[in-house]
Amino acid sequence: MNTKRIIPCLDVKNGRVVKGVNFQGLSDVSSPVELAKYYSDCGADELVFYDITASAEGRRLFTDVLCETARTVFIPLTVGGGINTVEDFDRVLKCGADKVSVNSGAIRNPELIREASRKYGDQCVVLSADVKRLDGQFRVFAKGGREDTGLEAIGWIKKGVDLGAGEIVLNSIDTDGVKGGFDLEMLEAVSNAVSVPVIASGGAGKIEDFITLFETLPRVDAGLAASIFHFGEVRIPELKKALRERGIPVREV
Amino acid sequence: MVAIVDYGVGNLFSLVSSFAAIGVEAAATGDPEVLRRADKLVLPGVGAFGDAAAALRQSGLADVVTEAARAGTPLLGICLGMQLLFDESYEYGVHPGLGLIPGQVRAIAERIPPQLKIPHIGWNALRFTGGPCPLFRHTKEGAYVYFVHSYAAVGCEANTAAVTDYGAPLTAAVWKDNVYGCQFHPEKSGSVGLDMLRAFCGKEAGAC
Repeated sequence: MNTKRIIPCLDVKNGRVVKGVNFQGLSDVSSPVELAKYYSDCGADELVFYDITASAEGRRLFTDVLCETARTVFIPLTVGGGINTVEDFDRVLKCGADKVSVNSGAIRNPELIREASRKYGDQCVVLSADVKRLDGQFRVFAKGGREDTGLEAIGWIKKGVDLGAGEIVLNSIDTDGVKGGFDLEMLEAVSNAVSVPVIASGGAGKIEDFITLFETLPRVDAGLAASIFHFGEVRIPELKKALRERGIPVREV
Repeated sequence: MVAIVDYGVGNLFSLVSSFAAIGVEAAATGDPEVLRRADKLVLPGVGAFGDAAAALRQSGLADVVTEAARAGTPLLGICLGMQLLFDESYEYGVHPGLGLIPGQVRAIAERIPPQLKIPHIGWNALRFTGGPCPLFRHTKEGAYVYFVHSYAAVGCEANTAAVTDYGAPLTAAVWKDNVYGCQFHPEKSGSVGLDMLRAFCGKEAGAC
């Protein structure tokens, strides 16, 4: 039986880990390399590195940090942020990334998903969507949640899978940073619409939120979170123990 | 030295790094002379079987790998590199493999319940079959390893060292004389995976 994955997300700016609440008010947390190694040792099943830098210098720092992490951490690494072209895929894959997540770049140019999945395989292409309720529908936002694209989320995600996305990260802007639990309603709608793995993101505040997620929505494959892990509010060994006790399959290390 | 066969398919950064992490000299190379002289060979691979098999043949390295393996050089195929060890694959047509281990590669969709997701992505447990495999010298049954695949080997029961259960038992590792194959990624399976690479290189288990 495949285990449910627990995935810490590291937002990286200028080579350091940061995490905002509702995408605003970022604060420096730690070194990505150190944090990645710590999480790997704790039993994290995968890591997401999200590059929120815009400058060329920041990009270089990011790939340096990514290379250094891939030299010392041997679990799957997903990279996102600033991925707009197949060349961007190449840049991070050469530094040790296993999967690449696209968001705004794919909204601007959906063919990016098709080109990248043909070149690197579906398993390499993760479609990340920042979604918020607006005008009675789930709406896709771009640019880190700041810009309404007008796209209806379920249709967009289905299109992404048809183009070749092998996995979906669904980040609910409505629950992100609130720590009141994952957005079960939104996640159910998405996981019923696609057959590829769905990773839940946004809203986890405590261990029970992960239990509720996997018990309520058995088709969701993984739970992703950032600050609750970074600040030690939820510790991964304790989280996995609690899941295991509820009969939810997780990897033991 | 461990030579990782570089035939232009996939990214070898993590694989090279994983050998460095266990203190084994390894290099990714497409140089036939270096491959022939290597103590051990690793055959990686991602993407579609037909493309990879064609790339391996066009680079001239299919013969180099096959001859070295037949001469007794330890060979480890990983993921698609493992699938290439078999007679043939049915991924988008029928494509011949290297024929080092008897068996075929078939879509897992043919054998697992339709509600299960494909690709099989994530951490799953190993169940050992057959006798003790040297690759698992440091590995306990039930250990979790990282899989990413939509196809798996069939008809290779005599050489199967481990399976993983995903709606049906899927071939996870094979072993025939000096030739080994892992459907999962040891270089992405944490300390469990590194211990398998140590076993392949004749090294003792790691500290953790």
